[in-house]
Amino acid sequence: MTHRKYILDLTLTAVEQLNERCALLRATDPTAPLPPMQAGQFAQLRVDNSPHAFLRRPISIHNVDRERNEVWFLVQIVGKGTKGLAQMKCHERLNAVLPLGNGFTLPERQTERVLLVGGGVGVAPLLLLGKQLSERGVRPTFLLGARSEKDLLQTEHFRHYGDLHVSTEDGSLGERGFVTQHPLMHEAHFDRVYVCGPKPMMVAVAHWAKSGNIWCEVSLENRMACGIGACLCCVEDTSEGHVCVCTEGPVFNIEQLKWQI
Amino acid sequence: MANLTTDIAGLRLRNPVMTASGTFGYGTEYEDFVPLEQLGGIIVKGTTLHPRQGNPYPRMAETEGGMLNCVGLQNRGVDYFCQHIYPQLRDIPTNFIVNVSGNAPEDYAECAARIGELEAIPAIELNISCPNVKHGGMAFGTTVEGAQSVVRAVRKAYGKTLIVKLSPNVTDIVAIAKAVEDEGADAVSLINTLMGMAIDAEKRCRLLSIGTGGLSGPAVKPVALRMVWQVAHAVGIPVIGLGGIVSATDAVEFLLAGASAVEIGTANFLDPAVTIKVIQGINDYLERHGFTSVKEIIGLCE
Ligand SMILES: Cc1cc2nc3c(=O)[nH]c(=O)nc-3n(C[C@H](O)[C@H](O)[C@H](O)COP(=O)(O)OP(=O)(O)OC[C@H]3O[C@@H](n4cnc5c(N)ncnc54)[C@H](O)[C@@H]3O)c2cc1C
Ligand SMILES: Cc1cc2nc3c(=O)[nH]c(=O)nc-3n(C[C@H](O)[C@H](O)[C@H](O)COP(=O)(O)O)c2cc1C
Ligand code: FES
Repeated sequence: MTHRKYILDLTLTAVEQLNERCALLRATDPTAPLPPMQAGQFAQLRVDNSPHAFLRRPISIHNVDRERNEVWFLVQIVGKGTKGLAQMKCHERLNAVLPLGNGFTLPERQTERVLLVGGGVGVAPLLLLGKQLSERGVRPTFLLGARSEKDLLQTEHFRHYGDLHVSTEDGSLGERGFVTQHPLMHEAHFDRVYVCGPKPMMVAVAHWAKSGNIWCEVSLENRMACGIGACLCCVEDTSEGHVCVCTEGPVFNIEQLKWQI
Repeated sequence: MANLTTDIAGLRLRNPVMTASGTFGYGTEYEDFVPLEQLGGIIVKGTTLHPRQGNPYPRMAETEGGMLNCVGLQNRGVDYFCQHIYPQLRDIPTNFIVNVSGNAPEDYAECAARIGELEAIPAIELNISCPNVKHGGMAFGTTVEGAQSVVRAVRKAYGKTLIVKLSPNVTDIVAIAKAVEDEGADAVSLINTLMGMAIDAEKRCRLLSIGTGGLSGPAVKPVALRMVWQVAHAVGIPVIGLGGIVSATDAVEFLLAGASAVEIGTANFLDPAVTIKVIQGINDYLERHGFTSVKEIIGLCE
């Protein structure tokens, strides 16, 4: 799958602080309609306001609003680069290379029962996935996990496209504990599962999917330099050897990975 | 428009801007951003006789003004290159140069000979700064004898333009440059990455899988510029300068120091279209200062 990639000077139309660690950036291309983008694909964002962040930062496409010609990014501060991005102001310029990587594989039949599991900022690509599923007539189930209620992101938006279940580690909202302890994982049946979040969570869900013989795709967040398959820095060990997460992924079927599950 | 053409030991370049090995893939990765035929040349990924898996992840760590990598020459081997990649490149009208690596002089020579059969590849760049198992882990590029042994073997097996890429991790780069010139190298390119390391203080662990890696990006530029200047004054063959170039001004500095052409590496990650901007910027510089040809500024800075 190859899609044309662009270097775009986007303009921020809104920056919303969702909690003390997360910001929602909405950006538009003032000159042209944004290119086609698939859920699971990402952008390489340039960090202009932090001299110490040298390389671009890979950030998932969170949502695409065609009416407003906007692309949304959900950024969680973990270091200098994400801090620089989260502190940007409305009307500032955001230079992005996009769309990069391969998106999630959408179901073939409308009747498939689809579960989307997200943890922390890993929920980012699942909003666009939910939207693209609902456009195909599939109503997914979302299971979103976070440390506590204030860390749950964009729940109102998710509810728009499917049934929303949540779990928090401290029990402040939804079920207490990790997503894999949620009753949904044991009571309901699914044909497909898509997962994005911290690695231990993805491994746990992948284990659950594998033991239940359920088709499962995960989205990896390996460290990247180029984001376009040129430097070979971002490799994951797979059944086909070292492959670039930025071009062969970031979405992988769990059967391709060498995880101990 | 100034005349940007330059040449490397008879190899004619449309302009002095090439891309550095390992940072530009096989060129096709950048097709959406750069009209490849407008580049002076493309130096493709390090290629070895046999396929290599490279080092484990993580292979990259960001540092102040640069980055460290320990990719470890992951590639599918020269046969795969000849059969599957070369056919995709052969009709693109630019100079494709293959960066060749190996574990022993014989490996280098055999790999170079295979590449020599490919009509549309006018030159190779020998990477003599990768670990050498036969010499007990020492790199060919860090001793005069090691460098000589590889260049001697390859020169016998390869008749086209032979560029030797020098390692900066040496006490006296001039001695190595002279040694490879004596063995028949047509040109030298420098610098490869500088050995470095990164540690995560919070997690109290190293950030690269094998501990150390090669430093590239603007952080290395002053070192690279110094070495290019020293080598250009000491050898009679053309010098290709690289290390930390992100702008046309950087590229001009290397030309002034004595480089006949430049390569751009890490900067491609920051701006995938940087090469085209540098080419335009060199032209603007020449016009602004009244030069009609880029050759007029090569080595101007004594
Ligand atoms: C495809 C993809 C999609 C992503 N989508 C999103 C998203 O939508 N939203 C979001 O917020 N984030 C997303 N991420 C993660 C995001 O890219 C990183 O959090 C960000 O690059 C970190 O940059 P920083 O400068 O903030 O942190 P840094 O300051 O670079 O580092 C943060 C921490 O990581 C450590 N670290 C540095 N280098 C390495 C290394 N080589 N190996 C291991 N640890 C290292 C540092 O020591 C530090 O502890 C995505 C990543 C990928 C690959
Ligand atoms: C990710 C990466 C991979 C590299 N791979 C190679 C390689 O295979 N062969 C080689 O000779 N140099 C390799 N290099 C070194 C570059 O070609 C170049 O010499 C170095 O990065 C300095 O230039 P720069 O500062 O413009 O990047 C690599 C550099 C990077 C960053
Ligand atoms: S980040 Fe460079 S190859 Fe994936």
